[in-house]
Amino acid sequence: MMRRLRLNRHVTERLGFSFLTLMAVVTVVPIVAVVIYILVQGMPAISWEFLSGFPRDGMRAGGILPAIVGTFYLTIGTAVFSVPLGIAAAIYLSEYAADNALTRLIRIAIINLAGIPSVVYGLFGLGLFVLFLKFGTSILAASLTLSIMTLPVIISTAEEALRAVPQPFRTVSVSLGGTRWQGIQRIVLPQALPGILTGVILGLERAAGETAPILFTGAAFFLPRLPNSPFDATMALPYHLFVISTQVPEMPPQVQYGTALVLLVFVLGMNLIATTIRSRARARRQW
Amino acid sequence: MTDKIVIENLSLTYSDGVESLRNISMGVRENAVTVLFGPAGGGKSTLLRCLNRLNDLTEVRTSAGRILIDGENILDPKTDVIALRRKVGMVFARPVVLPMSIRQNLTYGLELAGEKRKSRLDEAVERSLKLAAIWDEIKDRLDDPAIALSGGQQQRVCLARVLALQPEIILLDEPTSGLDPISTGKVESALQELKKEYTVILVPHSVQQAARTADYAAFFLQGELVEYDEGKSIFTTPREKRTEDYVTGRFG
Repeated sequence: MMRRLRLNRHVTERLGFSFLTLMAVVTVVPIVAVVIYILVQGMPAISWEFLSGFPRDGMRAGGILPAIVGTFYLTIGTAVFSVPLGIAAAIYLSEYAADNALTRLIRIAIINLAGIPSVVYGLFGLGLFVLFLKFGTSILAASLTLSIMTLPVIISTAEEALRAVPQPFRTVSVSLGGTRWQGIQRIVLPQALPGILTGVILGLERAAGETAPILFTGAAFFLPRLPNSPFDATMALPYHLFVISTQVPEMPPQVQYGTALVLLVFVLGMNLIATTIRSRARARRQW
Repeated sequence: MTDKIVIENLSLTYSDGVESLRNISMGVRENAVTVLFGPAGGGKSTLLRCLNRLNDLTEVRTSAGRILIDGENILDPKTDVIALRRKVGMVFARPVVLPMSIRQNLTYGLELAGEKRKSRLDEAVERSLKLAAIWDEIKDRLDDPAIALSGGQQQRVCLARVLALQPEIILLDEPTSGLDPISTGKVESALQELKKEYTVILVPHSVQQAARTADYAAFFLQGELVEYDEGKSIFTTPREKRTEDYVTGRFG
């Protein structure tokens, strides 16, 4: 009787772990499949002309340079607004804020901000930045809209990175005659920086790939030239992909997949940078 | 000999309602090791943290009384706490080396204070490491990360880091609780050297250490100062029954 019970337990455990392993493998399949599929379908479209030329023939041929440059500008623009604001908010929440009604309210706001659908941000950006503040459909308005969407990611990852720095470092710094800010500046921030950067890149990466928030705020269907001021509208990779996939009849599929591939490489490239920073910092960490 | 520190009717309650110090009055002699001992929760660490106002970082509900250092009440809100903390250095129970090189650990406090001259910094590094009895062990690897040192070496670096600021008072909160006996011995003998120049206040990690190191000793029990006397009398002929029970190991 005892023997059978034990055997059963072992069998159950094996079955259980096999099932869990299978599930873990299953999660990898779609990611790998997407990448391979886009790579195979999109690779034939990639050429120097595709990357550096302007669209021709109703966007059915030529290159996607304006979209690439536009996404680059939007990402930079988003970084300009969301990074300083997000990091400052994270420092406040992690280092200075007492646990009171105000900070609880801020936290709830951040969590809810993260849950808002991106198209709602788009509409909000249209109302506030494009119309009310009269920025027009522009890189500026789109960047600001994307910034609001990105803020929760940056704030929460940066706050987590700051909190991960051991508390005693701060106490020691104060006990050696430092102000709290000196401790933050000289110890906490440098130690948290890799974690903060990782969060920043992940947040920006999401912004770079979004369509809905820029739809009404800054994205242009087609532009014959590159934008030359923040008040210009711009083409962008995700929106361009949407346009050539739904709005242009007789679109050669390889142009669509080529565009998707460029966007994917852009985003995965940022991801790779974030992962590299994180693993390098882990190896060097002295606590 | 004069009292470097005079504590008058000090009481303190933390914001979670824990009463930590109850009407403490005592004087602390200059150039001596004064030991604060007793079971956990007696208020020893709280008292230490009052002396350099580190309790400012904690939520304190009420505090009353005065602490005079060289005649000045440091609990006065107008006190320059930055200057106070340079004058009253602190070594913690667990060695906390900052995530930087040994040298940078030692110069950290001076740099915060605005010292930039390399000669002054180098001089402070050497002087304080010698005082903390660790110079010979690590002088050739001052630019290595401090975390690479053993626990005992780290704790002496922490002591040296305090000494680099040339404080007048050194507070040590169970500085040897995580150390092996040999490292403990080195720290203890460093303290005997240090008291020639500094006022040393030590919360020991055992009664034995208290007895070994104390010139003066104060027995704390649940926020109360039970007995305060010269080390040689308190550990051999305590006046209070509660002190005797603790010293002889009947509780604690």
